[in-house]
Amino acid sequence: MRVLMFGWEFPPHNSGGLGTACFGLTRALANRQIDVLFVLPKKVGVTASFMSILFADTRKIKFLEVESSLKPYVTSEGYVRERDKIISDIYGNTLLQEVRRYALRAREIAQKESFDVIHAHDWLSFLAGVEAKKISGKPLILHMHATEFDRTGGQGVNQDVYDIERMSMEYADGIIAVSNFTKEKIIKHYGIPAEKIEVVHNGIDECDYANIPDSLSELKRNGQKIVLFAGRITIQKGPEYFIRAAKRVLEHNPNVLFLVAGSGDMERQMMLEAAHLGISNNVMFVGFLRGDDLSAVYRTADLFVMPSVSEPFGITPLESIIAGAPVLISKQSGVSEVLTHALKTDFWDTDDMANKILGVVSHRSLWQTLWGNSREEVKKITWDAASKKCIDYYAKMICDCGVPPEVRVI
Amino acid sequence: MASICFYFQVHQPFRVKDYRVFDVGRDSEYFNDDSERSINNKKILHKVAGKCYLPANAVMLELLNKHPEFKISFSFSGVFLDQLEEFSPETLESFQKLVATGRAEVLEETYYHSLSFLYSPEEFRRQVAMHREKIQKLFGVTPTVFRNTELIYNNALAHEVEKMGYKGIIAEGADHVLGWRSPNFLYKPQGTKNIKLLLKNYRLSDDIAFRFSSKEWADFPLTAPKFAEWASQVNGNGQIINLFMDYETFGEHQWEDTGIFNFLRHLPEEIYKHPDNDFVTPSEAIARYEPVAELDVHNYMSWADVERDLSAWLSNAMQHDAIQSIYSMEGEVLATDDARLIEDWRKLQTSDHFYYMCTKWFNDGDVHKYFNPYNTPYEAFIAYMNALQDMKLRIHNYRAPELDDIKPKKVAVHHIS
Repeated sequence: MRVLMFGWEFPPHNSGGLGTACFGLTRALANRQIDVLFVLPKKVGVTASFMSILFADTRKIKFLEVESSLKPYVTSEGYVRERDKIISDIYGNTLLQEVRRYALRAREIAQKESFDVIHAHDWLSFLAGVEAKKISGKPLILHMHATEFDRTGGQGVNQDVYDIERMSMEYADGIIAVSNFTKEKIIKHYGIPAEKIEVVHNGIDECDYANIPDSLSELKRNGQKIVLFAGRITIQKGPEYFIRAAKRVLEHNPNVLFLVAGSGDMERQMMLEAAHLGISNNVMFVGFLRGDDLSAVYRTADLFVMPSVSEPFGITPLESIIAGAPVLISKQSGVSEVLTHALKTDFWDTDDMANKILGVVSHRSLWQTLWGNSREEVKKITWDAASKKCIDYYAKMICDCGVPPEVRVI
Repeated sequence: MASICFYFQVHQPFRVKDYRVFDVGRDSEYFNDDSERSINNKKILHKVAGKCYLPANAVMLELLNKHPEFKISFSFSGVFLDQLEEFSPETLESFQKLVATGRAEVLEETYYHSLSFLYSPEEFRRQVAMHREKIQKLFGVTPTVFRNTELIYNNALAHEVEKMGYKGIIAEGADHVLGWRSPNFLYKPQGTKNIKLLLKNYRLSDDIAFRFSSKEWADFPLTAPKFAEWASQVNGNGQIINLFMDYETFGEHQWEDTGIFNFLRHLPEEIYKHPDNDFVTPSEAIARYEPVAELDVHNYMSWADVERDLSAWLSNAMQHDAIQSIYSMEGEVLATDDARLIEDWRKLQTSDHFYYMCTKWFNDGDVHKYFNPYNTPYEAFIAYMNALQDMKLRIHNYRAPELDDIKPKKVAVHHIS
């Protein structure tokens, strides 16, 4: 079986969960002997030597880069800004024009290459998937990592983006949603029938997180406890609820330090909010972190909090658990469907959030039980399990689409 | 002769509400949830009374009236009786009617359905004495057979209970303790003289309690004739079949539409079809049969989970932390002589609180999750520990009118002669 995949940059060049997901899934597919033809917009470039580090068997994966300024993670205010303004690059096109131009290049690729199924990740590549299907007649699967409603927090949904998402999903043969939470959104906001949507939860491969440096233990002298927010500081991630919960916690226990790792359009607003609440001394903004730096922060933290307003999946809690911090996650997240050993809260219930944060920082026995159990649980949430579901779904789609048996390679 | 000995555990804890750290020092009502959640004690009691206690008691009364030799026994926790008095007096009355027949024996246990024997023998004796007083007051009878919380048992407990004057004690017929031996005889706890041990026949008990409505079970559906047939097979190689289970089996764990009440309604007549069979209460069994051997149970066993040990209440760090915290307060709490405070402290000793914190099988969505009214074991722990925080504050703030009056509260410990 050969998959034509329209994906996004891999770590460490990515700036969000989409690249991590594309990488984890592709590697797991390759390990299951699936050929992947991986198409991505050229920005950083993918060298052959880098690929041989990432993949044990590079023969399974072939990369095709397309000249394009598209990048996957632009969100909420920043997203809206970039989405609507003229991108000042060599092409001078709008984002939507660029998406269409990318789709035309995809058409050329689909003409030249042979494959059995098309798999496209998130809306920026959906038109590429649609064009590839038009040319090849092969089944098209769209992978929804986030909808326009998640990215904007439901405020200011862009009609053009919505139309592309909806039209593509209607045209596609099947849709993969990263959670039931996302599946429900697709049904509710896009009118797609439930039977057309398959849920495949993301995974994590713990071997990617070996040898995490313990470089921040200094922060914890004097018995100070550390509570972490890590993610884009945008409306989707709920940073303001984190700050408000921090205020409540500090009223009870002043010996807690709140770390905010990330950047985003609400960063300044959050700093002002912390100052306004009089808790600036206990809230540290450490900027955008990745790789070992981020892992070191996870490891130092006593608790990782993900107060997302709307989180289709959310891989960061899984990373945090592997690195050494138990998690408090919003119920409005996909990851809460696969993680039972986590504290859970409604993102808006900052009193409940503070109550649970105080529980963890006050009782070592709670920390120990929560982290120990979640660490075991995460071992079962793998990309291999996700890839297995994808392969089964490909097989189903190839049959459903009336592809003649002689070209089936299963 | 095979004697059927029915014993039903009837217990409901006072569940702790979603008690937040911000409530500490402001609200000392830990058990008064009034939401739609299943930590609303009044709501749960009404639900179970409607589905189980009232209809099951009606069937039992019908059977006692119809069969003059039919007998059963109950172990009511004190906290359950408290809740009946407060929320459902009619249910209490229906139990009183059963006991008044003289053929529904009442067993002794700790008032608070606690693990006190493991942590404070003095507190254990006080809670047993409180239970006896309560049973005498509500039912006019004095129990002579003891049953510890969730059938938690070992040699030391048997010695203690013998010293307190009880004639019999009830425990699980766990394989790891019995080995090749049969639960269908009476035993003598190791090193005791005057106390006899009744062991649960867990296969036949669980056929009713757990497997009754299981369609995957090879013997489904279970009918009264079939069960009576199995029971009669004990004739010749056993004297007594101890069928011990939660009373909530009837109508709550096995819903009415499974046919559980009809099964119960027909069971005595089917049992009597075999002329060698009859029904006994635990104290009758003790009067009638002699122990066949001494049984050595050094480590604690219980009737919980496949392990039949203490791990349902005491396996993770949270559970140990919580239980050690509550018992470490004993001296200070009793020194206050504040009845409300002492009662709250005791209500927080009920074993269910620690059961809710169990993470052992949490992954698999099994029985622990089914019986857990909290979203996660972690939430159960947080609410509990916050309540303890408030208790500490109450102890700290307690001021006796005169210092000379502060004496540990004494509860009389009576011995049965």
